[in-house]
Amino acid sequence: MKRHFDEDLAQLKERLLRMGGSVERMIHLSAKDLFARTEADRAELEKLEREVNDLQIVIDDRALKLIALRQPMATDLRFLFMASRISSDLERIADQAINIIETTHHLIAGGPPLVPLVDLPLMAEICQEMLREALDGFVRQDASMARKVLEMDDKVDACKRRIFDEMLAMMESDQKTIRRGLCIVLISRNLERIGDHATNIAEEVIYMVEARDVRHHHGEGAAPGAPAE
Amino acid sequence: MLEARNVRLWYGDFNALKGVSMKIQPRSITAIIGPSGCGKSTMLRCFNRMNDLVEGCRVEGEVLFEGRNIYDHYDLTELRKRVGMVFQRPNPFPLSVQENVGYGPRIHGLASGDGLRAAVKKALQATQLWNDVGDRLTAPALSLSAEQQQRLCISRLLAVAPDILLMDEPCSALDPMATQNIEELMLELKRDYTIVIVTHNMQQAARVSDFTGFMLLGELVEFGETQTIFTAPTDKRTEEYITGRYG
Repeated sequence: MKRHFDEDLAQLKERLLRMGGSVERMIHLSAKDLFARTEADRAELEKLEREVNDLQIVIDDRALKLIALRQPMATDLRFLFMASRISSDLERIADQAINIIETTHHLIAGGPPLVPLVDLPLMAEICQEMLREALDGFVRQDASMARKVLEMDDKVDACKRRIFDEMLAMMESDQKTIRRGLCIVLISRNLERIGDHATNIAEEVIYMVEARDVRHHHGEGAAPGAPAE
Repeated sequence: MLEARNVRLWYGDFNALKGVSMKIQPRSITAIIGPSGCGKSTMLRCFNRMNDLVEGCRVEGEVLFEGRNIYDHYDLTELRKRVGMVFQRPNPFPLSVQENVGYGPRIHGLASGDGLRAAVKKALQATQLWNDVGDRLTAPALSLSAEQQQRLCISRLLAVAPDILLMDEPCSALDPMATQNIEELMLELKRDYTIVIVTHNMQQAARVSDFTGFMLLGELVEFGETQTIFTAPTDKRTEEYITGRYG
């Protein structure tokens, strides 16, 4: 039987996807500027950020009202609860993209490139793929796509560690590299946080689809439900 | 304490229960939910053999109460004293408040005189009705509000010191505020009694029960902790029913 409630849920889902699309665009723009060493299109970024912030508020408000008015159960309840969490993660990813752009500005101002960047583009690429896969998993209600994201997060963490070691060694040997080295470390930290939030979204998708809380024990496939209180 | 084992029931040729098994945990509230005609009230009535009153009713399987099969030479008067039932519509006797509540203890010879008055007071206090009617015990029970009448019916059960309270849609004739009050009462009563409730109201099942069973077409589809049934049911049919996609 077709429910009117399904239309409300579909509308909320559409808003989340719109928010996801804007966030993906923000990461894309920040990565493009970083690697092409160009200054960002501030107007477009500010417009995207406003849109993301507004959508977060709208999504939270709508999810709360639907919970209050419809008293959803099971998958519907999990969807609404997770919609709010996913929008929060997306908003934070957007913040990280803004941070990358600001740090990129300082990096460019600091002088010519220190070294050819290898791990940083790789990190950015993996993070974008993580977010894309997590959102695709959300759209298709596919927990297996979301699980792939959890595996990718380890690669991001490894990249970040290598970048840190490399920059530390460089800054210790030549003080003139400190400013640019710190910028690269900061950007790698921003990308790592993006990976963490994409991982959160993937975990939220898995919970939504399977009612299985995989936080903090990805490989174990924990049974539905929380630990005993 | 109370357990149904492979209970099958027929009304004439109609097979209303098709092998239902469930364990009722003591000092808890168990809700049985499901669409109309799924057999939930029939199942509830099996717990104190109220179906025996229906002509052409035939029951197979076992209902164990404290380890004994109530369908095997069990004293029905004793059974219904220990496993009482509250119905959809309050059904006080056309007697006074005091006579309603004192009826059970009196006919079972449990109390008389001051003892009976004390038993009446205790039962009315347990349902938080004493403050409302303590000073008008001789008033006709039918003069009370619907909620008070339902409380009175519960008091009438409590007066004979049962172990189990069966409740068949106990709030369906009450307004939301009265419903909330009866639900609060149920949560209080489960400290001392075991409650099984049949309800059409899923939110009510979610609010008050510790365990929930979902029935469909005479079968128990799923039984488990209420918080799991309403957040992550394992059976697709349960999911469809509780999210309103069934039918």
